[in-house]
Amino acid sequence: MSAHAGGYSADPRIRWIESLPWIVAVAAFFALPEYLSLGARILIYILYALSLDLIVGYAGIVTLGHSAYFGLGAYVAGILAAKAGIGDPMVQLAAAAAAGALLGIGTGAIILRTKALTLLMLTLAITSVMLEIANKATALTGGADGLSGVIVAPIFGLFRFDIFGKTAYLYCLLALLIGWWLVRKMIYSPFGTSLTGVRENSLRMHAIGAPVYWRLVLVYTLSATIAGVAGGLITQTNQFVGLNVFSFESAGELLVMLILGGVGRIYGAFVGPVVYLIAQDLLAKQFPEYWYFGIGTMLVLVVMFARGGILGILDSILVKLRRRP
Amino acid sequence: MNIALETRGLCKSFGALTVADDIDFRLESGARHALIGPNGAGKTTFVNMLTGALPPSSGTIVLGGEDITAMRQAKRVKRGLGRTFQINALFRRLPVLDNVALAVAERCGVARRMLRAASAHGDVREESMELLATLGLAEDAGVRILDLPYGKQRLVEIAIALGLKPSVLLLDEPAAGVPSLESHRILQVLDNLPKHIAILIIEHDMDLVFRFAQRITVLVQGEVLVEGPPDEIARDRRVHQVYLGEQHHA
Ligand SMILES: Nc1ncnc2c1ncn2[C@@H]1O[C@H](COP(=O)(O)OP(=O)(O)OP(=O)(O)O)[C@@H](O)[C@H]1O
Ligand SMILES: [Mg+2]
Repeated sequence: MSAHAGGYSADPRIRWIESLPWIVAVAAFFALPEYLSLGARILIYILYALSLDLIVGYAGIVTLGHSAYFGLGAYVAGILAAKAGIGDPMVQLAAAAAAGALLGIGTGAIILRTKALTLLMLTLAITSVMLEIANKATALTGGADGLSGVIVAPIFGLFRFDIFGKTAYLYCLLALLIGWWLVRKMIYSPFGTSLTGVRENSLRMHAIGAPVYWRLVLVYTLSATIAGVAGGLITQTNQFVGLNVFSFESAGELLVMLILGGVGRIYGAFVGPVVYLIAQDLLAKQFPEYWYFGIGTMLVLVVMFARGGILGILDSILVKLRRRP
Repeated sequence: MNIALETRGLCKSFGALTVADDIDFRLESGARHALIGPNGAGKTTFVNMLTGALPPSSGTIVLGGEDITAMRQAKRVKRGLGRTFQINALFRRLPVLDNVALAVAERCGVARRMLRAASAHGDVREESMELLATLGLAEDAGVRILDLPYGKQRLVEIAIALGLKPSVLLLDEPAAGVPSLESHRILQVLDNLPKHIAILIIEHDMDLVFRFAQRITVLVQGEVLVEGPPDEIARDRRVHQVYLGEQHHA
């Protein structure tokens, strides 16, 4: 499962191993019915991490503020459902996507004029502002109490969200499948290749006449749109929105998941959330005092010894096995 | 002769340091023009102003009769201005083919497309492969820059610029860091560049300069010291003083 770099020499056809995540997801649906709500959460985080990989891994934009778009999507879907009485999940999701896109283009157009540390600080600032708005606008958001009473009508008027989370799981899986397909297509396209070009050498991209700034604004907006959808999904499956969707921890956690899985390889965004969220589910409740210590240690180890994350480690093992006579 | 590129009264200072001092410069179409001068004379800075990477403090830049002083870098490239870098500026983790294809794709306007795979754009691939073949890099097309010998990396620098089909090409020390034994490959490539391209070359290797250039401009501390055909420059006493002990060319 090597890195998916796209490019003019890359074969864009889907390899058999790329069906593995989907097989696992469907198998989990049948084999682990009591874990479907955790499963849906993982699927949503994969979509969210995928949107982050697009900008961090491919375009090289380092951000700690991606929760701004995720959180906005979550609140927009929630406010529509709880305050405006719009129960249709497709409408809620479309609104979450549109909100993510609008905030993405608005903030991206400003912050992408800057670089490195300034950019990082600005992404943090955006999330903080969003958090503060959500905190203060209690009439709409419920403030610190969160927004409850989120009502989600059956999908297409047919599939009701059940208490076992079956519908939610399949619904999230479908959303992820579409998101994955779009992201993958983009990465293998000339546009995706030009993003890799910006990441590798923006000086040269300017010198070959690429409108670097606009390319970045575009990919940032697309990424924010996907994050908005992921946010909408989390509201729909939880039927609740809390301020934590905007929190710095949630944005940091997402980056940890991506680094853990492997940055800039599409499937790192799949592996990271699976490992992180399952570990969290198993360990964080039992050993809450060691959880962040454990995550921190693991992150240091990954960054120092396994830059490619879990997938990078698998890659190098595969390479070694193949070399053996 | 047509003027491909011209500067009038071009100035640039970094704080108290003046690195371009009222530079009037003309590059004729199809010219082979060298810009020489000691380290820190302001040669690279001059190129950066021409391409739009750096704004001049004052003065005008004219490309093909059009004032481009305030024009964005990308637009100047579209108008036919290409460059290479003194210090490699390559896409290091991408294969050689993609390094060139990125430039070709920008020129052809396919670089922003999202629907079809990059590798499905056969025209971009073919043109890039042809270009690599003319530079003797065809066999390295699939090699990442990281794994490519330095001398060949310098050729990729040139290949990327040629992928833009420029009418004016600015070469910033194309043989920099290449041992003289290997530099003949680069010289060969320079000799074979299409005749219609106006070339400004910055170079320290005087053998290369005097072989290649039909006209030479000498820049010292941001000022044009003298300009003329190679034999005049070779005879000029001021030039000898600047280069005293560095090189002697008959
Ligand atoms: N961004 C900058 N800020 C401040 N000073 C700069 C900057 N860029 C260049 N300089 C200074 O301007 C002067 C000219 O630099 P430049 O790179 O143009 O010289 P050069 O003629 O290309 O030299 P070389 O032959 O070594 O490549 C140098 O003294 C350099 O230190
Ligand atoms: Mg220089």
